[in-house]
Amino acid sequence: MTVALATSLGDDALILGQRLAEWCGHAPTLEVDLALANIGLDLLGQAQFFLGAAGAAEGQGRDADTLAYRRREDEFRNCLLVEQPNGDFARTIARQFLFSTWQALLFPDLAQSAAPAIAAIAQKAAKEVAYHARFAAEWVVRLGDGTSESHRRMADGLAWCWRFTDELFMDDTAKFRPEWDSHINATLTQAGLATPKPVRGITGGRHGRHTEHLGHILSALQYLQRVYPDATW
Amino acid sequence: MYTVSLSPETDLHIVAADDTQRNAVFEAKVADDQFIEPKDWMPDAYRKTLIRQISQHAHSEIVGMLPEGNWLTRAPSLRRKAILLAKIQDECGHGLYLYSAAETLGISRDDMTEALHQGRAKYSTIFNYPTLTWADMGAIGWLVDGAAILNQVPLQRTSYGPYARAMVRICKEESFHQRQGYESMMVLAQGTEGQRRMAQDALNRWWWPSLMMFGPPDDQSPNSAQSMRWRIKRDSNDALRQKFVDVTVPQAQALGLTIPDPDLKWNETRNAYDYGAIDWAEFHAVVRGEGPVAKERLAARIDAWESNAWVRDAALAHEAKRSQRKAA
Repeated sequence: MTVALATSLGDDALILGQRLAEWCGHAPTLEVDLALANIGLDLLGQAQFFLGAAGAAEGQGRDADTLAYRRREDEFRNCLLVEQPNGDFARTIARQFLFSTWQALLFPDLAQSAAPAIAAIAQKAAKEVAYHARFAAEWVVRLGDGTSESHRRMADGLAWCWRFTDELFMDDTAKFRPEWDSHINATLTQAGLATPKPVRGITGGRHGRHTEHLGHILSALQYLQRVYPDATW
Repeated sequence: MYTVSLSPETDLHIVAADDTQRNAVFEAKVADDQFIEPKDWMPDAYRKTLIRQISQHAHSEIVGMLPEGNWLTRAPSLRRKAILLAKIQDECGHGLYLYSAAETLGISRDDMTEALHQGRAKYSTIFNYPTLTWADMGAIGWLVDGAAILNQVPLQRTSYGPYARAMVRICKEESFHQRQGYESMMVLAQGTEGQRRMAQDALNRWWWPSLMMFGPPDDQSPNSAQSMRWRIKRDSNDALRQKFVDVTVPQAQALGLTIPDPDLKWNETRNAYDYGAIDWAEFHAVVRGEGPVAKERLAARIDAWESNAWVRDAALAHEAKRSQRKAA
């Protein structure tokens, strides 16, 4: 239980952190560059802790780096949403908004209810993800309200990501859906954006069946450890 | 204003006399090592020189994010990835303070950005070299940040207050980066054969460009004399370069790596290392924008700026609508 949960939470954070790192040096303003790097650093920290906990619970001597750098793509358990390409800034914001809003509901709950190892990480990370969700929501409003171009791009970004949101609410996390919907809808209303129409959810990440993108992410992420298998860094 | 149109000649004369007096006050302050502050009078040439130097420094921080960003997705451990991302983020922060310091001189960040993109403003030549392996991340921290620190430590006492204060914080962070870079090189130098080879190759490629970071030799440095007099600059290019060589050679020896200079040897009489001739033709070519990845670096900055213009427009439009709604 702990292994599966910690692995999926760690993989979510790792893969989204990796995606945000792609923005570094290329963001719309220096302030946004700093903010995306901050969020990326928080997520990398979460990845280290959750994967560390997963390895410890598993008890086979695998640490966070081994799990991050030496698993195949079908062994990753992140949701499909986080592996979506950055696209334009609006799509990056849409992805962050949908995902961080979910994390911000999940983590305070885990801090109370989960196994101690996970609860401690969730408690620390709850503050971080609340900020991520607020940052993203503010940009959703700016872009939705700003110009006709930014409105169109924001709507496109949401439409791109929307089909991957059902996966966030499978099994134990289904109970968060109503509250998540109400948070999302409140921000979208403020932004003058329509809630995307329901579409058939695309799922599979939690079972190791990913989109075409994950393999490419891992080929960069794991490159050095695969080329120099005996090295430590 | 109307008094000027009444007797323009007398007024002009008074202004000129006034300038001479104000210039004397300015020169005395500088000579006395006091800070010049944004509201103080300063000669136009001093203002222009500072804008040139500070904006060049800011651009270097921002363009300097790119060569390291090239390895972010491929960093070999979670810890190294976090260290690298935090370091690049620091550089972005340095760029921000420096643009703000330059803005106190009466130029906007947008104007400076435009000057960079149009090729009117320069940035450090070092960032126009490619980062080919992971060891380049260590080498940049160790050598490039090491050279930058030697250039920047004296700037904490530079005559322009906002610049000097920005440099205090920047220097603290740079010296942290330098230690991290050296530590990363040490892991490689003590690692597998492949890692050691990677470390030596990085030193081979970054050594000479790092020496060039101190600028042309003293007898060919066009802006140096005036800048030294104004205390915008505190030490000569060659003096700082020598200091860098003397500090770095023992560090390379400690790593078991070889400096790629057959003429390098200790000189008892000078109590310093003699080093080989620098390829100044290469330096001048890189300054002209002919560095190996100069086009890639500038194109990446221009693309980040232009392809995201709609984001900045949206933020401004939203702010305008919001204040309009508030007023209504």
